Amino acid sequence: MKGYMAQPRYGAQLENDSCLGPLHPLGTARGYKDLSIIQANHLTFTYTGASKPSVEDVSTTVSPGEFVVLTGPSGCGKTTICRCLNGLIPNFYSGDFAGELIVDGMNVKEHTTAELAAHVGMVFQNPENQLFSLSVERDVAFGPENLGLQREETRKRVDWALDVTGITHLKDKPPYELSGGQQQRAAIAAVLAMQPKVMILDEPTSFLDPKSALEILEVISDLNKKLKITIILVEHRLDIVSQHANRVIVMDNGKVVLDGTPRDVYGEQARLIGIGLPRVTTLFNLLQRDGLGLTQTPTTVDEAAGVLRKMLSR
Amino acid sequence: MIETEALRFSYPGSSEVLRGIDLAINDGQFVAIMGENGAGKTTLVKTFNGLLMPTAGRVKVDGVDTHDSSVARLSRDVGLVFQNPDHQLFSETVREELAFSLRNFGYEEDTIERRVGTILETLDLTRYTESSPFVLSGGERKRVALAAVLVWNPKHIILDEPTIGQDYQQKDRLRNFIIQLNAQGKTVIIITHDVEFVAECKPRIILLSKGQVIGDRPAEDLLTDGELLDKASLTRPQIGALMHQLRDLGLPEHAIDVYSAEQAILQALRRKK
Amino acid sequence: MMDPRAKFIMTMGIFSAALLFSNVYALIIIFLVQLPIVYAAKSWRKWAGSMRAGLLLAVLIFVMNFVFGSTFVFSAAMTLRFVTLMSVFSLFFMTTSPDDLGLALEQAHVPYTLSFTFTTAVRLVPTMALDAQTVIDAQRSRGLELDKGNFMKRIRNYIPILIPLIVSAIRRSIELAEALESRGFGASPNRQPLIVLRMRATDYLIIASTALMFALAVYVYLYIPLPTPDIPITMPKIFPWF
Repeated sequence: MKGYMAQPRYGAQLENDSCLGPLHPLGTARGYKDLSIIQANHLTFTYTGASKPSVEDVSTTVSPGEFVVLTGPSGCGKTTICRCLNGLIPNFYSGDFAGELIVDGMNVKEHTTAELAAHVGMVFQNPENQLFSLSVERDVAFGPENLGLQREETRKRVDWALDVTGITHLKDKPPYELSGGQQQRAAIAAVLAMQPKVMILDEPTSFLDPKSALEILEVISDLNKKLKITIILVEHRLDIVSQHANRVIVMDNGKVVLDGTPRDVYGEQARLIGIGLPRVTTLFNLLQRDGLGLTQTPTTVDEAAGVLRKMLSR
Repeated sequence: MIETEALRFSYPGSSEVLRGIDLAINDGQFVAIMGENGAGKTTLVKTFNGLLMPTAGRVKVDGVDTHDSSVARLSRDVGLVFQNPDHQLFSETVREELAFSLRNFGYEEDTIERRVGTILETLDLTRYTESSPFVLSGGERKRVALAAVLVWNPKHIILDEPTIGQDYQQKDRLRNFIIQLNAQGKTVIIITHDVEFVAECKPRIILLSKGQVIGDRPAEDLLTDGELLDKASLTRPQIGALMHQLRDLGLPEHAIDVYSAEQAILQALRRKK
Repeated sequence: MMDPRAKFIMTMGIFSAALLFSNVYALIIIFLVQLPIVYAAKSWRKWAGSMRAGLLLAVLIFVMNFVFGSTFVFSAAMTLRFVTLMSVFSLFFMTTSPDDLGLALEQAHVPYTLSFTFTTAVRLVPTMALDAQTVIDAQRSRGLELDKGNFMKRIRNYIPILIPLIVSAIRRSIELAEALESRGFGASPNRQPLIVLRMRATDYLIIASTALMFALAVYVYLYIPLPTPDIPITMPKIFPWF
């Protein structure tokens, strides 16, 4: 993150920029700064031709700056929610959209995906199909260019996004020459260059090896902590994300069934739904059943080590 | 048995991908080939069924040098399940999809009928027999692709990244299924970078890095070697990391899964008393 | 690196000259003009590869011309013309990146959607080629033998290759489209690309020399009669209706 501090504060940069394209409703964003950044009211969506809704009666709010992990068994509706948040539903995927979803002050039903792109960014699972230029720099510039920004503004944003994700040294390389982890950083930079308030990441570590996965999560965590970007991270591997998340939402069959801090959520009900709790949590649940009388449920290795060390040193 | 002798391979006009590999995998073993992206894992297994011929050295499957055989003949004994099912599926129905390979291998129609039915039942896909493979979900397509290879009952089965994109329950079922296959006497080789998955089924791990084998040990052993794991872009499994942090308290580092860790901790507590 | 627009003008110059002449000596010269360019571009191997690929078609053109009564020399000239046209366009595409092509089209005020479609298609060719290889590998691993069987069987054997390839291409396109939409594709009609193509002195020089050479070619065509080698080989009149 070297060089980050030299940039004006994220929010300030938006306010100072007078050369943003006409589609950037800055006024709306500013006006809603204190309210929730995502509001869902009885959101229900059924894909065309499907027999039942993929998302059913979801009502929840997300405050700015939260790091939310969205999880649940395959087919629970996580991807559908993501698509609703950035406008792919109902613009790209047709179906029956009931209820209301407001993101950064914009009602998703009334805006195109392109209009929402400057407010909500999405990083997909497979880095291969998100990067298509012959240099990382051009891929990162794609978003701002689409917004119709002036060349100098695009230049500033591209350099900044590359710096924040730590890949400035890769800017002239073609994406196919990068490793999986580097590609995902480039994909994140490409979304970051649009300066969205909310970033959705749909299983971004799926194709990455464990070390790269941890590194990418650090990058995402920095975006959340230092730039105050609201993160919605869809993940199955709760063991690697629990230390970064302050909120976990569990879905099953299209409905939200659990919603709270990791500690609140990682209990018996979660286990029955079939999500993969962090191994240390499962270990402690077992030890609890063995009658050890533990009061805490750790969600990370360090927490677990701390509790066990105290127990075994007494 | 699958063996390689000083195996080297490079794609035409490209740098060497496999740089001198000596391996022996006995019948009925359970092996995981791990390593960073680009280490040569997929390239290596493609030499086992003849898709790729060594540029130096050789590969022998059940005593036969792959140079003296063909992909079609080697595939009867070495079934390779590719990572992306969409690179295989093409038929109008799941039944036809499974029958494809059996027809290629020259089986009789009634044998085909029987085998297709059996494998669909084993993988819980019977209700999709007449469905088009394209309308199934991602996880189901992966199962159909697996069924399409198991249907001809090869002696050795190779699975390339079977856990990507699967949720916890699917991985659980897959793990149990793999253990079952292995218990039936099949050689099972999986390519994966999922340390947690491997920590729970404990195969022999062959660690590749930059085209060479840098480690070949049982899981409980290799997954505790922090330096080696780091070289291959892997991490310790979570329980392994926990035991590593508490090793000074006498907890065994090789307890890398939840149940062995539970036992070890209970023992340690009893010892204190 | 040459500006793609200058490159294109040079390509068109050679292309037009090849179409202009039917004289075999002129066509030989035009074909040879390309060779120093191939050398300068250091694309020998790739160029030789594409020449080999077009060999079959070249032979076909020669045969068709000769069998239908043209002289040996004329058939050779037509074949050479075809080879030149194929070669000069291959050369253009193999030395110009799809991104630069797209920029050139954009700066020539071609609608963005069109230029983007074109360059994305070009970019996806190597990706699809890799996909094709993977599909072939996967199906061979299921016992498919592509080199066995009669003609009809061999054609049918390509169905298990084509269908997964098409399906993969469609899935890939959908994923790409989702990513594009999510990055605001089409949000504003006024795009200011970050990177701009600028013509340098060498580019103008190339355009000028191309114009000069073409003018020379037209002059030769109109005013200088070119000799034709006398090789009296013609198709024997076996078939009375030719």
